[in-house]
Amino acid sequence: MNLMDLFVQLAGGMGTTLQIFFLTLIFSLPLGLIVAFGRMSKHLILKNIVRVYISIMRGTPLMLQLLVVYFGPYYMFGITISPMYRGVAVIIAFALNYAAYFAEIYRSGIESMPKGQYEAAKVLGYSKTATFFVIILPQVIKRILPSLTNEIITLVKDTSLAFSIAYAEMFTEAKAIAATSRSMMPFVAAAIFYYIFNAVVAFVMETIEKKMSYYE
Amino acid sequence: MRILDLQHIKKSFGDNEVLKDIDLAVEEGQVVSIIGPSGSGKSTLLRIATFLETMDDGTLSYNEKPVVTSINHIASYDHKKAIEEAMNTFGLVFQNFNLFPHFTVLKNIIDAPIRNQKRNKQEVIQEARELLKKMGLSDKENAYPCELSGGQQQRVSIARALALKPKILFFDEPTSALDPELTLEILKVIKELAKEKMTMVIVTHEMQFARDVSDVIVFMDKGVIVEKTTPQKMFTSDNERTKAFLGKYYDQQETH
Repeated sequence: MNLMDLFVQLAGGMGTTLQIFFLTLIFSLPLGLIVAFGRMSKHLILKNIVRVYISIMRGTPLMLQLLVVYFGPYYMFGITISPMYRGVAVIIAFALNYAAYFAEIYRSGIESMPKGQYEAAKVLGYSKTATFFVIILPQVIKRILPSLTNEIITLVKDTSLAFSIAYAEMFTEAKAIAATSRSMMPFVAAAIFYYIFNAVVAFVMETIEKKMSYYE
Repeated sequence: MRILDLQHIKKSFGDNEVLKDIDLAVEEGQVVSIIGPSGSGKSTLLRIATFLETMDDGTLSYNEKPVVTSINHIASYDHKKAIEEAMNTFGLVFQNFNLFPHFTVLKNIIDAPIRNQKRNKQEVIQEARELLKKMGLSDKENAYPCELSGGQQQRVSIARALALKPKILFFDEPTSALDPELTLEILKVIKELAKEKMTMVIVTHEMQFARDVSDVIVFMDKGVIVEKTTPQKMFTSDNERTKAFLGKYYDQQETH
């Protein structure tokens, strides 16, 4: 089996993989920030609910969470699942899971900020919102970039878990072709795809890191 | 005009009573230095005056307008708006500068006046450049704080505080993070401001400087004001505690 032909055959699936990747980031990066606020809240009930949420998301397999989100509505509430829901379920499960990880990364960054930055901002008349978005968050992003890169690279590989609910992303298709053609080549193609994808992610993140290294 | 008026300030951290009934008033144009050993409560007093710490009891007025009153021996803070207004009347220079590292020198100075005081951008930039010139940092407006020496950073932070046009400027041990040479640099700037009749309250360990620049020196120890008087009287005081503290300073002078 020719690799080039395989890439053409897998092109549609690759598009779907990219879609899972970007949609997950678009939803989980802001959601993670909100979760981080909940985790750091002085409101004890809220804080503990968020703590339990993070603990479940990090403590159970993403594949299992995906199955629960996909089949849950039927088994728990008897709602008939439409085939359309498959893609939605993938994004919901991924976004919820990754938001938990991102929340902890944000929190570590926010808590590492020196108190003096808040005090200077207060004395200079910055509102609480302006202090966070103008003074604190830009510095936090710089601090957490290496941890974010790690998590985003893991996300690229985790997209393959969507096969567990037979969602037609690249890995699901590669598996199907491998089964019918009785060949290893589809997996080789898949490996090359993930590797290049992650090389691009690493390059982009490095570029951003460099761009932010104008100050210490 | 009495710019700052603190009366009967009491503050405890747990069982530790750091301020025991402190009074401090500052008139317009006055330079007041607060000296005393570490742990005497002088920094806490400054942090209370600048709302970075809350007092347990006492009263606080800026420009003769009360913002904290004492009700049944508990400090009662005025509503948010009044406190914001009071906060707009002073500037604070920190021991470790606390510049914003991701902003250039110029942006550090102009961001607050533009964003928070809603002033005209061009006007603020022009004033900022004048301040930088005064601080001898004209060539540094596009530098980032990490590219500057400690003394330069502290001068930027003084410019940043002045850009908001405060009526009174607080210094919290402004030279404690600097070596002797850079210390002189900062003290020179503060002396310049004193000449221009800037109202200032300076917490410092630089005795010679306090003696030269101040109208009033306050000596604090263990949460009380031991003496509050002119530099001449302070340095010829009969008070045993004052003599013991300043004695260390004289010993230092002799060994120099």
